[in-house]
Amino acid sequence: MAIRERLSGNEAVAYAMKQINPDVFAAFPITPSTEIPQYFAQYAADGKVDTEFVTVESEHSSMSTCIGAEAAGARAITATSSCGLAYMYEVLYVAASMRLPIVMAVANRALTGPININNDHSDSMGARDAGWIQLYAENNQEVYDNYLQAMPIGEDKEVRLPVMVCQDGFITSHAVENIELVEDELVKDFVGEYHPEAALVGKEEPLAVGPYDTCPYYMEHKVQQAEAMKNAKKRIIEVAEAFEKMTGRKYSFFEEYCMEDAEAAIVVIGSTAGTARVEVDALRAQGKKVGMIKVRVFRPFPAEELAAALAHVKAVAVMDKSEGFAADGGPLFYEVRSACYDLEKRPMMIDVVYGLGGRDCATEDIERVFNRLMKMVETGQRGPVYNHMGQRDLREPTV
Amino acid sequence: MIKAGDIHESCAWQELTPGGEICGGGTSKVVKTGDWRSDLPVWEAEKCKQCLLCAPYCPDGSIPVRDGKRLDFDLYHCKGCGICAKVCPFGAIRMEKEEEK
Repeated sequence: MAIRERLSGNEAVAYAMKQINPDVFAAFPITPSTEIPQYFAQYAADGKVDTEFVTVESEHSSMSTCIGAEAAGARAITATSSCGLAYMYEVLYVAASMRLPIVMAVANRALTGPININNDHSDSMGARDAGWIQLYAENNQEVYDNYLQAMPIGEDKEVRLPVMVCQDGFITSHAVENIELVEDELVKDFVGEYHPEAALVGKEEPLAVGPYDTCPYYMEHKVQQAEAMKNAKKRIIEVAEAFEKMTGRKYSFFEEYCMEDAEAAIVVIGSTAGTARVEVDALRAQGKKVGMIKVRVFRPFPAEELAAALAHVKAVAVMDKSEGFAADGGPLFYEVRSACYDLEKRPMMIDVVYGLGGRDCATEDIERVFNRLMKMVETGQRGPVYNHMGQRDLREPTV
Repeated sequence: MIKAGDIHESCAWQELTPGGEICGGGTSKVVKTGDWRSDLPVWEAEKCKQCLLCAPYCPDGSIPVRDGKRLDFDLYHCKGCGICAKVCPFGAIRMEKEEEK
């Protein structure tokens, strides 16, 4: 029987790590992910895991340690947030291009500056082109479930890519919620053991990794990475189906909520989906045709599937919890709008940048977004594309 | 796994190892570095005293030594750096322009 518990998002991730019992944990603390290595250090000290717990001097080193360990044939993990993730930037690309399926827990936090420790998605969105698979969670249950699925996805022979398992810093990382845990034995069977085809240690065949790639080879290796990311789409669904068989909990690239007949819809990532669901229910009770799409998988980006899900919608607001400073939209907006370009009949689409540095997003805010969308449907006029919501502003708000 | 010796510049991406991993030992032998060469070392055996100073100076191990004597250059690996010609006390190595073949 599944185990009912009450855990914070960080504790849920640490618990999943304990159940998986990886070979190496390279640890460096940063708010709000610090609790993950903290809980895990206790498991290690209590002898509940066999993991080599390596305390390093920086995040550049924690990722480098993971790279070394994973290349040696070990299963290596870490956790980080914000500036820590930014400090890994160089080696994130090394991990992905060496095709090492490291799994990293991310408690999403704003990037400095100005200095801020609260939630938004600037950190992992900034690393979206590094070649990592990115899974996002709405709540503690989802981040736990995503963590259990990460290794079976990333370690697949046709994939071999590192995975970021993201959750909203503080909002879910520090909030205690009811959660259903999977029994240890089932987790062990589901995640399995890591037996890479090639490794530096424990194999008879000598191996060199991460060589200098001359011009005649680099492009081919990048195409391999791109193909692996395409393969990840198939694998993500296979793993989700196996996970559903085990737990009854269903996962895909994204969740559609009240989308069948929706005329106005928002596309959102992370914990804001919970707030949006409440508002969708409230507006549905008033007979309004509104819906929500919650994106779980941002890399690989499920472009075709999203376009199909939005094809019948009249007005869409994409909610970006990070700024790209492109001066006309955030990263999620760009990708969703691009995905819809090939539709015969495209929905009107706006971007709403919100929640930066922990700025609260309440049901009233989601209501304002839907009001704007319903006005677009009514008038057929799109209005401003690039909107910020929640800031004090001397101008008339556009959302 | 694809072996290092099977990898060359005509391979499609499907024929290369993931991330450029190199399987097997001593694989530098199969990598042709000789085609980088623009200057060609020429060994003048009659001037050579077999002092063997050139061989350890060669950065690419391209001067084979057998039974205490150096042989002619291994041009598959020689990059034409000219160090051997500089260190030879007897002028037994001269550098020529590599001819396009």
